[in-house]
Amino acid sequence: MNDKGKIVTGLVIFAALVTFPFWYNLGKAAPPPEVVLTEKAKAAGECVMPKEEIRTEHMQLLDVWRDTQVRDGQTVYINAKGKAYTMSLSNTCLDCHSNYKDFCDRCHAYASTDPYCWDCHIDNPKEGE
Amino acid sequence: MNVKYMYSFLAVIVLFLIAYVGTEAVGLQWLFGVLIPYVALAVFLVGFIRRVMGWARSAVPFRIPTTCGQQRTLPWIRPNRIDNPSTTGGVIARMFLEIVAFRSLFRNTRMKAKADGRITYQWEIFLWVGALAFHYAFAVVLARHLRFFLEPVPAPIKLLETVDAFFQFGLPVVYLSGVVLLIAVAYLALRRIFIPMVRYISLANDFFPLFLIFGIAFTGILMRYFSKVDILSIKALTMGLVSFSFPDTEVLKAIDGLFYGHLFFVSVLLAYFPFSKLMHMGGIFLSPTRNLPNDTRMHRHVNPWNYPVDVHTYAEYEDDFREKMVEAGLPVDKPLEPAEAEKE
Repeated sequence: MNDKGKIVTGLVIFAALVTFPFWYNLGKAAPPPEVVLTEKAKAAGECVMPKEEIRTEHMQLLDVWRDTQVRDGQTVYINAKGKAYTMSLSNTCLDCHSNYKDFCDRCHAYASTDPYCWDCHIDNPKEGE
Repeated sequence: MNVKYMYSFLAVIVLFLIAYVGTEAVGLQWLFGVLIPYVALAVFLVGFIRRVMGWARSAVPFRIPTTCGQQRTLPWIRPNRIDNPSTTGGVIARMFLEIVAFRSLFRNTRMKAKADGRITYQWEIFLWVGALAFHYAFAVVLARHLRFFLEPVPAPIKLLETVDAFFQFGLPVVYLSGVVLLIAVAYLALRRIFIPMVRYISLANDFFPLFLIFGIAFTGILMRYFSKVDILSIKALTMGLVSFSFPDTEVLKAIDGLFYGHLFFVSVLLAYFPFSKLMHMGGIFLSPTRNLPNDTRMHRHVNPWNYPVDVHTYAEYEDDFREKMVEAGLPVDKPLEPAEAEKE
């Protein structure tokens, strides 16, 4: 049984599948998005945590905040520098970063993460967009 | 201690350290992030194709299907059309089920001697369950990783992520496939280590890929849930790999060494793939004991590799020497006809 024709067809399909990302992105560079800081955020100059940490840890910080607030009734977070913040996504984070589309969404879309925070918090009229 | 698995285990640890130290201490981000992945992918593709073409060239002179059911025979005997296929349709069904459901593993049995000395063959399903969990979890993990290589991320990939994170626990949300993969690969490795019969037939090239894949899953889970890495820089690198527009060295340097360990593991797996037992991925399609119909009684199969051979049959031999044979008193099939002989 000489099935070379079928085998070569299978191999072509396999090679096309393996190299699919190369075809899909052909000619398109996809650099990471630039986030836009609001005037208020620029004026504040610093976030709750240092930039590198808040980038990778913000979801866990928010989780801790939620649990501390709801379960222990504490509302004030003291950061490493000793500065106090109210533990609130809507009133603290989104107070400075009120531009959801140009701040949160850009990286989340790029990394294809779709957290359910916005299911509730985005409708808060305080947050603008 | 068994050298076969200890060496494999140490090899995986050393591989991780090479990448981790190479990027964190020596600063070879370009080597581990760009160069090695490209080389690995090229070795994988070329090696895979060469290996399969080698199989395509080898002779399969006759049909050797292993039969697992009643062959098609008299009309009043019901044939097993899938486990003993006599048609192309039956073969396609058999191959499809073999590839997606691993039916031959499902038949796995274990021989045991009972206390009274009787021998029993017990159905042993856990290899099948472990293999199924492992392969499907790995497939889902692989498909999910397309989010790092496609921009914008297509809807089916997002849907897969949502389904994979269906239970919405943990933060970032736990993907079930990653956990299943880690458990399944750990089971498949421990099975080889703790079952004496399986350990006896296991070689270093059985343990190494298991430990390597365990390392991949482990570093991946570590990065996602525990030691956080900068996902945007990583996607900048991976998108650079598939679109040939690389980010600046600063971006590469910003990525944690753990990621380079993960990427190096994957590169090693890709480059090792064509030279290892992992080629069963392509080989399963070419298994002559599975992909041939059992129709040797219906059709005459002529070996396509046959070349014409000059033959000299006995009849021709007798024609050449008939007179001499008759003179010598030897029996002949066709008697000498004196009338004809005289005419000539």
